[in-house]
Amino acid sequence: MPDFIAEWLNQNEIFTAMTIMEYWDGMVTTVHLVFLSLVIGLLVAVLLAILRTVRNPFVSGPVWLYTYLFRGTPLLIQLYIIYYGIAQIPGIQETFWWEIFREPFYPALLAFTLNTAAYTTEIIRGAIVSTPNGEIEAAKAYGMNWFMRMRRIVLPSAARRAVQAYSNEVIFMLHASAIASVVTIVDLTGAARNIYSRFYAPFDAFIFVALCYMALTFILVFAFRKLENHLLKHQRPVSG
Amino acid sequence: MKKMIFAASCALALIAGGAQAQDRDLRIAFDVPYEPFEYKDENGELTGFEVELAEAMCEEMNANCEFVIQAWDGMIPGLLARKFDLIMSSMSITPERAERVLFSEPYYNTPGGWFAREGFSTDVTDMSAMEGMTVGVQRGTTMDTYVTENMGGIVTIKRYTTADDMVLDLEGQRLDVVFVDYPVGEQTILTKEGFKEVGEPVKLGEGVGVAMRQRDTDLADEVNAALATLKEDGTYDTIMKKYFNYDIKM
Repeated sequence: MPDFIAEWLNQNEIFTAMTIMEYWDGMVTTVHLVFLSLVIGLLVAVLLAILRTVRNPFVSGPVWLYTYLFRGTPLLIQLYIIYYGIAQIPGIQETFWWEIFREPFYPALLAFTLNTAAYTTEIIRGAIVSTPNGEIEAAKAYGMNWFMRMRRIVLPSAARRAVQAYSNEVIFMLHASAIASVVTIVDLTGAARNIYSRFYAPFDAFIFVALCYMALTFILVFAFRKLENHLLKHQRPVSG
Repeated sequence: MKKMIFAASCALALIAGGAQAQDRDLRIAFDVPYEPFEYKDENGELTGFEVELAEAMCEEMNANCEFVIQAWDGMIPGLLARKFDLIMSSMSITPERAERVLFSEPYYNTPGGWFAREGFSTDVTDMSAMEGMTVGVQRGTTMDTYVTENMGGIVTIKRYTTADDMVLDLEGQRLDVVFVDYPVGEQTILTKEGFKEVGEPVKLGEGVGVAMRQRDTDLADEVNAALATLKEDGTYDTIMKKYFNYDIKM
């Protein structure tokens, strides 16, 4: 570590090597939690979005109900219901499920995944529904069946239309994950709250954590710009 | 008439000079209800541990005391604005508050208590037996500091914002034991079926003091002297035993 950083760290009371490590551990937990819920949520959402566009109401109805429930209630309430609700099921403590749900990480992962999957389902569904009819007719004319049409035409074209809205959902999810600290998870916000309560220094503790979130957001924005450039290459003007 | 009495008392005060025996008027602020420290009984009379202690203290100081009800947010501002002269409302002594008000010597300190489900049989002071257990505390309390400093690395510490959330997790078996302000534990945990106190209560922090304006150093000397007498002559213990079955004396 360069001398001037070590010197600065020694001069202030709050940002010692120990608290920096607490923030770092919190950042690892946040990234871990958000990454896993986004990946699982996206896979679930692609499947559900396809089911949601099926004409049969017995297939699309339940998916509609699911997205309505999870988009219609605050994430904090969903987290409370899953975290505290599971512990109230009589006898759960004796089953192997308790090994998983005893720790706050998995209830939080479940709540975040279900929440982001609901929003993402609606984003992708919107993109699927707005597929130009001509593309589908052309695919049909080529003799593609439903499955091949989905795989080759509808989903790739929907992905291009969904990516901008989805990048917002990812950033919202990162910021929504701050509520994980209410169920004792020491994520970035949890670390900030612990440090705040130890030093009674709200500005230092929370401004630092805000900068951490901004840094993470910047990485996400950058990654999505690259992805958009890649997916929407065909829309760019031919450069001279 | 009132003016005449006022003038007369001013004159008396002048004559009496610095004599200690003069009657003085003091206004003492409480935030109610905070059972059992200050609350209104069924007849609407202000009572509680701190109220009775304040009454005894006033008698000791030969002061005419008037009790004022003040909400917690306005406590220190009200004191500084001379709406009252003393705060005796369970105000813990902290460095931040000490910058704005003058504290007397501490007059009580509630201990932290250990609470667990029935069937918990581990000795909480035995660090090797406690290893790997999950302990719940309220974030930023003196109990949090105690567990962090003495048991950090040995037990898993879970920090909660409210006592209610913590009790839910104790009920749901996510926590093995909680370490919480004793009166809080007594009211929220021991009132439920299936829980018990484990181990001895632990005294923590600097305690609760009488808060005054910083310039009133003479008053602070008198308050400290009166409290010291009450603690010595048994008055304090008599009042304490009426409200608590554990020791909060400091």
